[in-house]
Amino acid sequence: MTTVSDIVVEEPTKDSIRITDSTLRDGSHAMAHRFSEEQVRSIVHALDMSGVEVIEVTHGDGLGGSSFNYGFSLVDDIKLVAAAVDEAKRARIAVLMLPGLGTVRDLKQAHAAGASVARIATHCTEADVSRQHFKAARELGMETVGFLMLSHRATPSKLAEQARIMVDAGAECVYVVDSAGAMILGDAQERVQSVINEIGRDAQVGFHGHQNLSMGVANSVLAYQAGARQVDGALLALGAGAGNSPTEVLAATFEKLGVPTGVDVQAALAAAEEIVRPMVPRIPRMDRSSIVQGYAGVYSSFLLHAERAGERYGVPAHEILQRVGAAGYVGGQEDMIIDIALQIAQERDMGDLAAAGVR
Amino acid sequence: MTKATAAIVGPGNIGTDLLAKLQASENVEVRWMIGVDPESDGLARARARGVETSHEGVDWLLAQDELPDLVFEATSAYAHRANAPRFEEAGIQAIDLTPAAIGPFVCPPVNLDVNVSAMNVNMITCGGQATIPIVSAVSSIVPVEYAEIVASISSRSAGPGTRANIDEFTETTSRAIEVVGKATRGKAIIILNPVEPPMIMRDTVFCSIPADCDHDAIAASIHDMVARVQEYVPGYTLRADPQFDDPREIWNGHARVAVFLEVLGAGDYLPTYAGNLDIITAAAARVGDLMALAKTGATA
Repeated sequence: MTTVSDIVVEEPTKDSIRITDSTLRDGSHAMAHRFSEEQVRSIVHALDMSGVEVIEVTHGDGLGGSSFNYGFSLVDDIKLVAAAVDEAKRARIAVLMLPGLGTVRDLKQAHAAGASVARIATHCTEADVSRQHFKAARELGMETVGFLMLSHRATPSKLAEQARIMVDAGAECVYVVDSAGAMILGDAQERVQSVINEIGRDAQVGFHGHQNLSMGVANSVLAYQAGARQVDGALLALGAGAGNSPTEVLAATFEKLGVPTGVDVQAALAAAEEIVRPMVPRIPRMDRSSIVQGYAGVYSSFLLHAERAGERYGVPAHEILQRVGAAGYVGGQEDMIIDIALQIAQERDMGDLAAAGVR
Repeated sequence: MTKATAAIVGPGNIGTDLLAKLQASENVEVRWMIGVDPESDGLARARARGVETSHEGVDWLLAQDELPDLVFEATSAYAHRANAPRFEEAGIQAIDLTPAAIGPFVCPPVNLDVNVSAMNVNMITCGGQATIPIVSAVSSIVPVEYAEIVASISSRSAGPGTRANIDEFTETTSRAIEVVGKATRGKAIIILNPVEPPMIMRDTVFCSIPADCDHDAIAASIHDMVARVQEYVPGYTLRADPQFDDPREIWNGHARVAVFLEVLGAGDYLPTYAGNLDIITAAAARVGDLMALAKTGATA
């Protein structure tokens, strides 16, 4: 006869989730791309010690992003990648690249500097521009991740079709990327589900969240429940717009859910508080402009550019961002922010003249 | 006046739009449209426009008793690499709209004058045709250490060739910004935007300029150049006056001028939003026109 004490109750083991930390890539936006080599080294060291497996290091707009349009890097990307590779004992270093901005040549340089994960990003309906880059990354022996930016702009079925293009091109994981922090719960889960239904076991699915409407972590949990096995975070939420899902909160939340992440919560908290906080001039937060980004579905990286253009031309940043959303501009079109600021300024001048009775 | 004769090789969207433009030319007469598919819609369209067609490729064209003075190639880099030496051997001037880049890069208002008798010229890229005139307008007044261009086009106007090799766009355009635009260093960025209704092609040009320089002279040079491009692309316009920004340390102590352009196509065959396709066919037609004028002028 079996007694109760004989029965070994085994907690069903939950699938683990891999957290890729993007403090040194998406966070680069919040730092106006001014990370120093020392800062990169200390953040990589802290992340590595806390057990983060993959650390992304690149200009916020990816390889080749250093420019008039997106802001010049203080230190060359490739130098920062090499420093990160040198500093990391266990973690692997990832780089982001956007076809149309970065090229295969940039990818090869990053690989030569020791980067081993290539994350290739396109607008969510333009996946076919990434084929040559996935092919090159695979030939270099890099792990490959596809990034479908502004995923809220595509229907779940459209997104699945685009994910398939990336998988067929060589992506080993495809991310649903909420670049605008615009997805509310079900929006994220349905898209992740639809992509998983399409690609099945051919590749993993990931989720990249922003906090513009404070949904980053909740959406990440829903993505996991739908079957995503990779998520992105950033220490202290350091990222574009109101920032990313904070790595330390993801680690704590998944631990409470019994989902292994490999990340030590206390170490991640210490990294955020003691390493990152002192070096950040301005911590991303939900303010009028970043909330408008989530609300109007605007690419999060546009925030600081809109603030600068707003200051230069004397128009409110949130008004510029609202207009950017209405025009349907996509990631990379930072130049259109100045264009819109000029338009608004001109309209105001005309309005002032009209008010003064000038015809 | 005698017109120069021409053939267009490649009856796709670009070839068809180019045909429409050249049929309005006073100096060029398109006699042949050449393809490789007897069922090609483009060949049928050309026949409807009164042009002799063949689906037997360049072999057929070169076997004719009468050869064209000019050939416009709108196929692929691969095809043009094979065809270019044959055109040259036959004494036909080739205007290459593919990325093959065998001959010198040509942008009509910038450097066509020195290349008008070249046996093969290359039309760079759509973004190059839209932005290099502005880089040149600035570099003709002050030294431009660095120029950067951002071309935004409608997703609908980006064909499979562009999508399969988008690096070719960025690398070719960057090089041409240096070689033709005369910036010491060039960078090109292309963005595809799927918004509906489709967005009209937009281009932004950023040039580094010396901390102290004559802004009025630069602005005047830009306005003058825009007028010269408008001679063959009427929908080429400035969205705002050139914007000058003060020197910054991160810009190596340079100042910056930013120029915001819109390129509305003529809508000859392609939709008007596809200003990117229009500007390259319009530039090619312009090159053909002036090459023809040089030829007929020389023999007159």
